[in-house]
Amino acid sequence: MKKCVITVVGKDTVGIIARVCTYLADTKINILDISQTIVSGYFNMMMIVDMSGSNKDFDNVNSDLDKLGEDIGVVIKCQREEIFDMMHRI
Amino acid sequence: MINIMEVTETNKMVEQENLDVRTITMGINLLDCAGPDLAEVNEKIYNKITTLAKDLVSTGEEIAKEFGVPIVNKRISITPISLVGASACKTPEDYVTIAKTLDKAAHTVGVNFIGGYSAVVSKGMTKSDELLIRSIPQALAQTELICSSVNVGSTKTGINMDAVRLMGEIVKETAELTKDKDSLGCAKLVVLCNAPDDNPFMAGAFHGVTEDDAIINVGVSGPGVVKYALESVRGKSFEVLCETIKKTAFKITRVGQLVAQEASKRLGVPFGIIDLSLAPTPAIGDSVAEILEEIGLERAGAPGTTAALAMLNDQVKKGGVMASSYVGGLSGAFIPVSEDQGMIDAVNEGSLTIEKLEAMTCVCSVGLDMIAIPGDTPATTISGIIADEAAIGMVNQKTTAVRVIPVVGKGVGETVEFGGLLGYAPIMPVNKFDCSAFVNRVGRIPAPIHSFKN
Repeated sequence: MKKCVITVVGKDTVGIIARVCTYLADTKINILDISQTIVSGYFNMMMIVDMSGSNKDFDNVNSDLDKLGEDIGVVIKCQREEIFDMMHRI
Repeated sequence: MINIMEVTETNKMVEQENLDVRTITMGINLLDCAGPDLAEVNEKIYNKITTLAKDLVSTGEEIAKEFGVPIVNKRISITPISLVGASACKTPEDYVTIAKTLDKAAHTVGVNFIGGYSAVVSKGMTKSDELLIRSIPQALAQTELICSSVNVGSTKTGINMDAVRLMGEIVKETAELTKDKDSLGCAKLVVLCNAPDDNPFMAGAFHGVTEDDAIINVGVSGPGVVKYALESVRGKSFEVLCETIKKTAFKITRVGQLVAQEASKRLGVPFGIIDLSLAPTPAIGDSVAEILEEIGLERAGAPGTTAALAMLNDQVKKGGVMASSYVGGLSGAFIPVSEDQGMIDAVNEGSLTIEKLEAMTCVCSVGLDMIAIPGDTPATTISGIIADEAAIGMVNQKTTAVRVIPVVGKGVGETVEFGGLLGYAPIMPVNKFDCSAFVNRVGRIPAPIHSFKN
């Protein structure tokens, strides 16, 4: 399994989750966990995904998500999960 | 599983608090490039560096992108060149050809700096050591990416005062030869005592003879992260303060450990050490001085500064040690003046002097670092400053260093701009009393009594 964390931060609007999820489904990236909150009007979402079945490599997924983020008006980041595990788990 | 708060915390550190990995440094052994024919030595050095480090920069960039953490510098450290060139170099100019080869190799692989144009002369100087040292001013004037260091003392050997005297002159000469760039050459020249073999940070990095053929060392950073964490514990007890620093240092170091492991795996080069250092940059909010202010000082240099820094340094190590499998290098808080906006402000406001900085170097890594001094400072005075720092290192069994820049044509009250990570610095006054009769004595200062541990 190749776990990554996708974060989406920005102004809340209709269809953010739908558009991100559609892209992930099209790219064959499996979603393992989603959590989402609104902090003072700002949309804040985190997804843990498994990229092992993905039909695109990490670099392409990252730049696609960048573009998608610009389109929706939010910031989307995709990072390998290890960085968070290392920092927050002993 | 990781939760949204933890993810947000990590990303905030990177986006708002300047968390980064300061450097991935590949140490490369060049002893197998030595030989009697200078042209051949140069060729072997070029080939070895450009082969081993060809993917260093791209790998660093890949890792940064995948984990979402900037890796600011990719660097190379090499075996001290005084050893590599010993049988081929008959003049200082011969050594300069090696410097040019190193510079070319560094440009080819795209690294920011290459360190190890160095000599280790803590007890005595061989002929080749002296030739290399005498070539430093020309080497630094004629190259762009070379960093040079000379180790003039250690707890075990004492201080080589002949080397200290010579280095005062070499610093001055380097300043003179690079005067059209505000004596920038001196920013790439450091004089050390107790220099570690595995330091990833410039200008003092070299690949010691105790090391593997090639190795990956990583220097972490993160003064901004510590500063922000301390904002939440204002007015709390020392216990709370120390716990907060430790926890933060742990998190920062774990990022370094991850990056080091990944780089080591992808490059097929063993992992050496993590250097647990709080290394500031001129960026606002990335300052060690601002941490000291957050701890409770109006400005760095105020009474209490040495104690606060001692505590900070110790807690950073205690937090970081558990986060990494191997710790080495310099490991501590850096207090370079020109690279730290809070330090610059403290100097400009009259809070921080060279003498206070010297006291601070007793309790942290590394020494009098990136300090601009008047261009007319005598060579013997610079040697005196070097001797003082070396004595602190020798007696306290720690690394100390001097990287001062006597800016030709400038005096106290003026400012010098080095650019990039090297920052800018106000020129600081130096004690005007003479120490030449002391510096001009020949020989060495014996090792201190507590070094006899056998």
